[in-house]
Amino acid sequence: MAEIVSLADAVAELVRDGDVVALEGFTHLIPVAAGHEIIRQRRRDLTLVRMTPDIVYDQLIGAGCARKLIFSWGGNPGVGSLHRFRDAVQNGWPEPLEIEEHSHAGMANRYVAGASGLPFAVLRGYTGTDLASVTSTIKQITCPFTGERLAAVPAINADVSIIHAQRADRAGNVQLWGLVGVQKEAVLAAKRSLVTVEEVVDELEPVDGGIVLPSWAVTRVAEVPGGAHPSYAQGYSERDNGYYAEWDPISRDRAEFEKWLERTRTTGVPA
Amino acid sequence: MSTATTELTYTSDEMMSIAAARALSAGQRCFVGIGLPSTAANVARRSHAPDLVLIYESGALGAKPDRLPASIGDGILAETADAVVSVPEVFNYWLQPGRIDVGFLGAAQLDKFGNINTTVIGDDYANPVVRLPGAGGAPEIAASCHEVYVIVRQSKRSFVDRVDFVTSFGHGRGNGDRARLGLPGAGPTLVITDLGVYRPDEHTSELTLTALHPGVTVEQVREATGWQLRVADELARTPAPTSDELAVLRALKEAS
Repeated sequence: MAEIVSLADAVAELVRDGDVVALEGFTHLIPVAAGHEIIRQRRRDLTLVRMTPDIVYDQLIGAGCARKLIFSWGGNPGVGSLHRFRDAVQNGWPEPLEIEEHSHAGMANRYVAGASGLPFAVLRGYTGTDLASVTSTIKQITCPFTGERLAAVPAINADVSIIHAQRADRAGNVQLWGLVGVQKEAVLAAKRSLVTVEEVVDELEPVDGGIVLPSWAVTRVAEVPGGAHPSYAQGYSERDNGYYAEWDPISRDRAEFEKWLERTRTTGVPA
Repeated sequence: MSTATTELTYTSDEMMSIAAARALSAGQRCFVGIGLPSTAANVARRSHAPDLVLIYESGALGAKPDRLPASIGDGILAETADAVVSVPEVFNYWLQPGRIDVGFLGAAQLDKFGNINTTVIGDDYANPVVRLPGAGGAPEIAASCHEVYVIVRQSKRSFVDRVDFVTSFGHGRGNGDRARLGLPGAGPTLVITDLGVYRPDEHTSELTLTALHPGVTVEQVREATGWQLRVADELARTPAPTSDELAVLRALKEAS
């Protein structure tokens, strides 16, 4: 059963140096506050997994939390590049970042395999691209029934997956709706999981298109209103487009970034 | 017949978006990338193709936004969609089996055989000159949609002889490469830039200039192309944007 705890306690307990950590949320419900808590607790050597690394991964990489990134698209959506990510890849600052690069279809299927308890997933993917030549976790496989050549990608089973959802009840059952991305698969594939929620309620009212993760499939729940900011939580908050634009000059400049990092670490309130 | 002689003013970007919008037909199912493709697809849906089905990789099937979405996961996509599905479902159930007519993609680099690079600039993947965002959904969109339209601002940097990295496979090194690899879709059948329109040659699959936008010369196009460009025997001239088309495009942008 998922225990409801504070965000700081949940991160301290669940996220350890050297872990494989997946923060998921496909531009909606991004668990940004949890990412900032990982930065504050100065975790290191993490293998960060995320289909769409955006601002919060730029911040984690710039803060030196990551050793490796497994991903399929890294950018500041609607704005441009992630300059901390680029600085790490191109210049090894603040430390070298190993990358393992896939397509969205490949990453989504890796989580599906992980959630299904299978060692790998099969898809019609990567054909003719250079990705297979630079990424060792893309292999060819022959269908035993038709002889078709297909791509195989290994399951992702993170040590801990972290997502943000709209609500949980007091027993720790979690409800989310809107664009639900790959969050369910990420949680079910992981050894441990943390869900931050907008609010904890007495009873979960059904919502159109909503999904529920039963309490017994989640390790810890933390109530963090606004925990997806600057992304949005459908029914609770709007996307803060200004933040995405304002991140660009901070991200471009190491000194500006370090000021941001110091503020985030000391005040607990990222500006 | 048009009798109006008033000159409309518009930018080359507006011409590009409108030319791309015109290429989409009513009733088509279109997998849309954010940015230029999304702009063009939404102009089409709000003008000549109101039943165009827009599919976004975030899980929105049949999205009907009344402004341009700020990101692939903009809430307006889910709120206006016929169905909202998970990301694995978008790729496995809807894209992979060939249910989508047109994949509409952008590119950082596009080569003369329609191969797309959005991964790295430079020859050394491990030490890139510029690290780009990466693949996203594009490799499988380029493989599995019935055909692919590419929209890109054209320059010698973006329109190259050979891409530094094949993120999404176009026509490889020429005719027959897609079939040899068993790729189900036809690949890039149309490329639209701010200067003109290109289609693959039916024998060689090399991109060939088939239409010039108003006021653009072949020389200008050659200046902005990184290979010895072939020009179609019958070179068309793109009709200038109409006032209605410009009004739709500008209203969408203003609402955003």
